[in-house]
Formats: sequence, C-alpha cells, structure tokens
Amino acid sequence: MIVARTGNEAMAEAMRQINPDVVAAYPITPATEVVQLFSKFVHDGLVDTEFVPVESEHSACSACCGAAAAGARVMTSTASQGLALMHEILFIASGLRLPIVICLVNRSLSSPINIHCDHSDTLASRDAGWLQIYTENVQEAYDTTIQLVKIAEQALLPGIVSTDAFIISHGMERVELLDDKEVPKFLGERKVEYSLLDVDNPITIGCLDLQDYFYEHKRSEIDAMDHVLPIIEKVQKEFGDKFGRYYPIVDEYKMDDAEVAIMAMGSTGGTAKVAVERMREKGKKVGLIRCRVYRPFPEKAMLKALTKVKVLGIMDRSDTLSTLGGHLYNDARSILYESSTRPLMKNYIYGLGGRDISIEEIETIYEELFNIKKSGKVDKNIVYFGVRGE
Amino acid sequence: MFPYEKYLRLDKFPHIWCTGCGCGIIMKAMLRAIEHSKIPKDSIALVSGIGCSSRTPGYVDFNTLHTTHGRAIAFATGLKLAKPELKIIVVSGDGDATAIGGNHFIHAARRNIDMTVIIYNNYIYGMTGGQASPTTPLGKKASTAPYGSIEPTFDISGLAIAAGATFVARSTCYHAVQIDKFIQKGLLKKGFSLIEVLSPCPIYYARPNREGTSVDMLRWYKENSIPIEVARKMSDTEKERKIITGILHNIERAEFCEEYRKLVKRVSKN
Ligand SMILES: Cc1ncc(C[n+]2csc(CCOP(=O)(O)OP(=O)(O)O)c2C)c(N)n1
Ligand code: SF4
Repeated sequence: MIVARTGNEAMAEAMRQINPDVVAAYPITPATEVVQLFSKFVHDGLVDTEFVPVESEHSACSACCGAAAAGARVMTSTASQGLALMHEILFIASGLRLPIVICLVNRSLSSPINIHCDHSDTLASRDAGWLQIYTENVQEAYDTTIQLVKIAEQALLPGIVSTDAFIISHGMERVELLDDKEVPKFLGERKVEYSLLDVDNPITIGCLDLQDYFYEHKRSEIDAMDHVLPIIEKVQKEFGDKFGRYYPIVDEYKMDDAEVAIMAMGSTGGTAKVAVERMREKGKKVGLIRCRVYRPFPEKAMLKALTKVKVLGIMDRSDTLSTLGGHLYNDARSILYESSTRPLMKNYIYGLGGRDISIEEIETIYEELFNIKKSGKVDKNIVYFGVRGE
Repeated sequence: MFPYEKYLRLDKFPHIWCTGCGCGIIMKAMLRAIEHSKIPKDSIALVSGIGCSSRTPGYVDFNTLHTTHGRAIAFATGLKLAKPELKIIVVSGDGDATAIGGNHFIHAARRNIDMTVIIYNNYIYGMTGGQASPTTPLGKKASTAPYGSIEPTFDISGLAIAAGATFVARSTCYHAVQIDKFIQKGLLKKGFSLIEVLSPCPIYYARPNREGTSVDMLRWYKENSIPIEVARKMSDTEKERKIITGILHNIERAEFCEEYRKLVKRVSKN
C-alpha cells in the first residue's frame, strides 16, 4: 500500500505490524509521537501489546529488559536525553543479550538545550553493545524497523533504528507499507532458549560475575557483535527478495568511477545524492558513501568503499569532543591504518543542533575536495562547517 | 501597575505558553513575592528542569539555570551548598518533580535544604502533549490514558510533608494573590519550602476531559477550593475531590546547609 507518512508515523505503523508483546516508554520530543500513535493502536485493539507508560526512560528501558528476559518481543522509542538516561540500562540489555529494539529519533544532547537533529545522542551510546542502523528517509526507517527486530532476535543483541529529528521524524514522504499479514510472517515468533517465565526450568539472570567468568561472558558478547554482519546481510536479502526493497550494509552511490567522495550518515545521505547528481551534470565525477550500518562497524565493506577514491570528505553530524573530530572520521581513520591505499581525508563537522545543510553547501564541499586532489594536500584536517566565527 | 518589567527579559517575549495557560499567573505571582520580600534580584538563583513550567527561568532576569528533566532540585542542591548565601527558587512541573525527578524531590525535603520549590501542578505532561502524570486524577483522560487514568495519584503537598519539608502550602491559579503570599513566606522560611499551585492546562488537560476553557478551570478551582482551616472540620467524604488550600504545614527543623557547616567546623582542625 502506498501512503504518505512521516518518519514517526511510519515507525509506529511498523510497530503495529510487528505487534510486540511489550512496549514501555516515556515521552520525549521529537520521538513522543511514535509511542503516542502506537498507544492509540493499543487503545483501538489493533495490537496485543502490553503498553507500559512509566515515569522515566531509565524505567522504560528497565521494564523493557524485564519483559525481554521473560521472553517477550519488546520495543520502545526515545531521543536524546531519553537515550542518555537509558545509558546505564543499555549495557544491561546488551550484556544480558536481550534483543530490544528502539525506534530512535536523533536529537542533540543537552547542553545547550535543543530539540533538533544531530547524532550526538546515539553516538554517545555507540559503545553500549547495541546494533545501530542510520536511515536516510521514511521508507528506510519503516523497513529497517521491521528488519532490525529479526536481526536483533537472531543475534541476541539489542538494536537502534536511527532517524533524523524533524527531517525524517516529522517530514512526510511517500512510503510503501507492507501488507499487515506479511510482517508477522517475515518475523516469525520470538524463540527463546532460556526465559524467566519457564517455571519448570528456573534460571538466574544478571547475577554477580567476578574475576572467574565475567571476562568469558563479555567475550561472548563481543563475539556476537563480531558475527552479526552476516545476519544483517541475510535478513536484508530476505527482506529484499520478499518485498523488493534491498538495502546494503554500506550505501555506495555513484562510487565506481568517482574521483572524490563524501561519507555521511542519516538524511544527509539523501541531500548528498542530489548534490552528486548536480555535480555530475557539470561533468564532475563525485560519489557518496552513506554509512547505514554503523554498529557493528562494517570494516571490510567500508574499506572497499573508502579506498575507491583519492580524496574523501567525511561529514559528521557530531563531534567526539576529544580534539579528534567526528565519529565517522575516527572510525574511517582507524580502519584505513592497515591499508596501503589511503585517500586524503578531510573531516567536516556540520549541522549540530539541527543547523540545516543544503545541496549547495555539499556542492562546495565537493569543489573543495577537488582542490585537495589537485594540490595533493589537506591544510586543515578537521573543519567546523557552517558555524559562525570559524 | 506592578513593575514586572524590571524582572523580565523582554527580548525573550513572546513566551511559548498557550493562551489561558496558568504558567504566566504563577510566574507573575513569583515576581510579586520577590519584590515584596525585598530580596535583591541578584541574590536569587532560579533553577528549573524541563517542561512548560520549567521555561519560566528563560523569561525572568535573575541568575537562572535551566537544567534537565527532573533534576532541577539536584542541581539546586549543589548550587545551594556552593553558594549558601543565594536564595534558591526551583520551578517545576508535576511530572518533572514527582515522576522522573521524584527521588530528588523527597530527598531534598528529607534533608530540609533551604530552597523554595514552586510546583505548577497542571495534572499532565504539558510540554510533550498531554501524557498522564503522577497527579492526573483517577478516571481523568490523558493521551496515555484514553479510558481514564487507573493509577492512584500523588498528593504533592502531602508527599513533601511526609518526606520532611518544613513549609508546605497549596493554592490555585484562581487565587493569584494568595500564591504570592505563600511564595513570600516560603522565601523567608529557612528550610525546604514547597508551594504547590494548581494550574490550568487548557490544551492538554481541559480539552480531552471536557473541562472547558481556562476560565472554566479557574472557576472550578474557585468553587472547589476549601481553606485548610475549614477542611480540618470536615469529614473525609466531604473533602473528596476538593482542593485544600492554605499553609498546610509550617514547622521548625534543622536545616541541611547549616548542619553541614557545623559539621565542617567540628571536624576541621582549626
Ligand atoms: C530525560 C528526558 N525525558 C523526557 C523528556 C521530555 N519531556 C520534556 S517535558 C516533559 C514532561 C513535562 O511535564 P511536567 O513536568 O508536568 O511539566 P509541564 O510541561 O506540564 O509544565 C517530558 C516528558 C526530557 N526532556 N528529558
Ligand atoms: S501545553 Fe498546557 S501547560 Fe503547556 S503552555 Fe500550553 S497550556 Fe500551558
């Protein structure tokens, strides 16, 4: 069915079709709507979900953990401060291997207080052992929400679907919804080997684990992250085969003959694709690498994409606040260390607190990358693009 | 006319509050209380969390600190201990103070730390679009309680008294003059003072509950408020669903910052 939906509406629709057993949530702009709309589905009897409106995100994530440990399929939604308040529990979910899925709307972290888009919230949680997939538009947000439930349950890892505040969450787009019956068929039942509700086989979850076995348990969690990429690929392919929409791990756009490229994440991918077209109309061979799966970081696929060009502009809608620039920039530099073909790289931090990024601005970045190619030099590795007083 | 301008950051206007919102009534009462208590403007620090009510510090010209949802009292505790000479006022919503920030609220009352907390109780999460809060009355509708809330409520003033606050008063936005008297008393009291003010949210509380306009809500406050002195002589059934207003609690008890200073003196060598 083809409909017009905002990102929040589309994720809520996906949740309706997924029909999770439990949703526990606390409202926060601009993600409130996802659960608000979902609660209406609960109210109207369209889902079988136990809906738990709690008193904070810390409680929301905790309630999700409890339910997931009991064997339930569990989802929630939040943004920014809400994810930050969940931080402690994020590690509980991943450590206990509870496949919870969060429909997340990316909003800047305080302070200063802001409600608009950047990636500081999810990136501050990048080391929490959650899968993170960043989407470019409403359709991808919808599709990825469904895929991630399956991926998370197969890998026994929790996951976050990221959508840019307002640009995706509140922007209305054309979306193809799947048939209501197809989604549960695609997902199947959540199968659990051990659960708290199996009263004949009582188990203990989350107990003290000191020098004797903590390390082995942590290692097995790391191992799960090491082996999840093939699961993501498999589920994406299955989704594509069934519904006709295929997603890559790394979204390469016009990269095969590109001389310079930009790497970006989220809705900027869409803006940059238009910039690529315009540059190509002017005869300039440029490309785009959009990082879709960010956690785990897809080293191999990313390395292949990054080394296709001589000059790379890495656009980060976040800063690590470490003097080392943005998150993608650091990840890219890290994986390129062993590579014999390293492109010249420049990091463009942009769009913090929702500052707009235009097609024209991205074109100026491409122009600059060509200048770098010509001179063979990057005079400043990290720049703060579009900020006053720079 | 009362000189509100001298306390306002006029460049920050127009404010974000909806027409008929009670937030402005409480903010003005607070300014009158400050003026009448003769506390110099610069010795006041106004701290808030997040919510419609918590937007107050943006509009007034004091030392102001706008923090995170639920944590205003925790921030204020640090501020007060670092600068005990400041008069600390915390403005908060029912959700901010008793849902996500409930623990800070009861512990500050328990410690009896010197600050004046003004809670704008509109029975709802205003800022995020009308979800039920811990004060949404039983049976009343909210966006997360379409069939009416089934959760028993917190009595904010009662909670503060039980936790150890030394000054507790309740009023409503209809009783605008009374609010400023209570805030004044709270400011002059050494210890944890709580002023709970019932405040209309015509958009997200009155509308789904068909309680009319802001004026209708003010009228409801007027008709259903009972001064504590009268309420003491009434039976529980007579008091049901009524708003008991007045100074509910006013006692003396050791204040935390003073006790802390005494301790420091006692254990430091010279
Ligand atoms: C950690 C966190 N969670 C959620 C929010 C979103 N949020 C902002 S205000 C608010 C509720 C406000 O209700 P209340 O405190 O009663 O104040 P009111 O707006 O009614 O004055 C919520 C949930 C947030 N800012 N931070
Ligand atoms: S939503 Fe309610 S509390 Fe918030 S400004 Fe509007 S009327 Fe006031």
